[in-house]
Amino acid sequence: MNRRSFLLASGVAALLPLGARAEAAQITGAGATFPAPVYAKWGEAAQAAIGIQLNYQAIGSGGGQNQIVNRTVDFGASDAPVAADRLEQHGLLQFPAVMGSVVPIVNIPGVGTDQLRLTGELLAEIYAGRISKWNDPRLVEANRGVSLPNLAIAPVYRADGSGTTFVFTSYLSAVSPEWQRKVGANTSIRWPVGNGARGNDGVAGMVRNTRGAIGYVENAYATRNRLATAQLRNKAGNFVRPTMESFRAAAANADWSVPHFAASLIDTNGAESWPIVSPTFILLPKNPQDAARSANVMKFFDWAYRNGGRMAAELEYIPLPDEVADAVRAAWGREVKGPDGQPVWPPR
Amino acid sequence: MSQAAATSAAPPLPARRRAGKAGDAAFALACHAAGVFVLVLLGAIIALLFAGGWPAFRAFGLAFLASTDWDPVQEVFGAGVSLYGTAVTAVLALVLAVPVAFGIAFLLTELAPAPLRRPIGMAIELLAAVPSIIYGMWGFFVIVPVMAGTIQPAIIDTIGELPVVGALFQGPPFGTGILTAALILAIMILPFIAAVMRDAFAAVSPVYKESAYGLGATTWEVVRHVVLPYTRVSVVGGIMLGLGRALGETMAVTFVVGNANRISPSLFGAGNTIASLIALEFPESAMGSLKLSALLALGFLLFALSFLVLTISRWLLRPRLKG
Repeated sequence: MNRRSFLLASGVAALLPLGARAEAAQITGAGATFPAPVYAKWGEAAQAAIGIQLNYQAIGSGGGQNQIVNRTVDFGASDAPVAADRLEQHGLLQFPAVMGSVVPIVNIPGVGTDQLRLTGELLAEIYAGRISKWNDPRLVEANRGVSLPNLAIAPVYRADGSGTTFVFTSYLSAVSPEWQRKVGANTSIRWPVGNGARGNDGVAGMVRNTRGAIGYVENAYATRNRLATAQLRNKAGNFVRPTMESFRAAAANADWSVPHFAASLIDTNGAESWPIVSPTFILLPKNPQDAARSANVMKFFDWAYRNGGRMAAELEYIPLPDEVADAVRAAWGREVKGPDGQPVWPPR
Repeated sequence: MSQAAATSAAPPLPARRRAGKAGDAAFALACHAAGVFVLVLLGAIIALLFAGGWPAFRAFGLAFLASTDWDPVQEVFGAGVSLYGTAVTAVLALVLAVPVAFGIAFLLTELAPAPLRRPIGMAIELLAAVPSIIYGMWGFFVIVPVMAGTIQPAIIDTIGELPVVGALFQGPPFGTGILTAALILAIMILPFIAAVMRDAFAAVSPVYKESAYGLGATTWEVVRHVVLPYTRVSVVGGIMLGLGRALGETMAVTFVVGNANRISPSLFGAGNTIASLIALEFPESAMGSLKLSALLALGFLLFALSFLVLTISRWLLRPRLKG
């Protein structure tokens, strides 16, 4: 008798913390590495604020798409927007989470940060191998007052498939018809010249190691590693520096009314716009097996839209404008239906 | 019961035999199962890689092997560049590693005073235990800047100017590239080859060596004419072990090979290997895409290449084994 009551007591004791823990709802996501730092930060803060624990695996956009198609995670994350027919085929809702920017970085002796001025055409010519010296007349003409050395240009690119490469090559394709025709835009492409490095850190490291190198990284990596960035000429014809102001200017000029929120922030209008800005996307099943988990994913991003802006900006990401967040919430309520056919959002 | 039976004067042999037989049968079955399991596993891996790669083989045919195209935008894939890179880095690594490994083994078995043998032998074994990612990072942060800053510019300005050989040593000094990858690989496979060679040399019966010394042979002559012929099989085996590791090495190579899908005539040029290409592209390959299929096909080719290396080494060794 004694023994049984002891067992009972210990059983109850073992169950108690479980019951307490169950309040912290778990959601799982996988995909893009580009927004992974901000998702991690949001996840930490959201657990304290609303009790939703995010388990995010940064396995790459392609991997994230595969996992959400197989429904092994609650949501997928992708830097490149997924094609409309593929979204339709797999019953997925796509919405933006946050925006980021890509900046060119250089290592030229005697040239400081934001001194070099580049245009999209020059960048495409450099990565096509047709401009191979830093004192090329076309570069010199765009950079009067900057002394450019007689040094070979060493282009560096991301060797692993990545959303950063997708954004950067989308920009090159947008500004150079020849680039679009001969090379194109994708998460990995056939680079005409240059050397590849793995990850943003790898590109940053190789540019720092190599005299005459040029590369492209997410803005956060350039800032953190104190690398020399370059100015770019935007669609309005102005040379702009990669700053939070120019990123926000680009975000303000985006047209979000396109289907599946697949807005392009590449080379947008606006006098102050930075030309290489991109949203990163979340993929959510429209017919979730577990409506509660799906609702928690939406609760999480709803919270992040409201409270995560400052955290995102600290990590050099650009928060989503409020009206876009409202449109995303409307899409949740319209499109995501639980097994009972009822909308999952707003949570009941 | 059994204890009592075992200690009794008349051993119950039939009973023990029966138990033994059953045990033997079970043990034999377990051993057979283990053997068959390995075969099934191997077959399953080959079948899976081939089935996964079949869409790519079907789309590009035999040209897949030779094509140097790798264009994810147009969905045109070929194995030429990564096959070339894999073969060249592995062979160059052997060229660099084998003489040094032989030197180490020679030193440890014939020349070094006894107190030095253990520490050097231990160091070699520890070198083999360093994880490959460490070699990659070390290569990227230490070797690459040295190659880019000093070694490559010096070679480009001297040997690079020569008429025929020069083509192998030209181009911008990135620091990364085929030669750097081969260098890192050589350091990685060195301990394996050296350890096998040392063990083989040490296993030579002293009688043979003493006899040769007794006939007035020098140390070099003893090693050249007694030790090496005696240990040829093990030495080639050790080299093949190193080659196998060099072919499949992924992380360290990815850091320093330059990762370009081009065949460059220069050894300083960037290249790619099968293993590093798969590691880099796999996460961004959608299910059912031709790219994923091409990567699986590459995996199949790497498998086939390793098999080929093994087969060739066996074939090379066979006639000598008979003699």
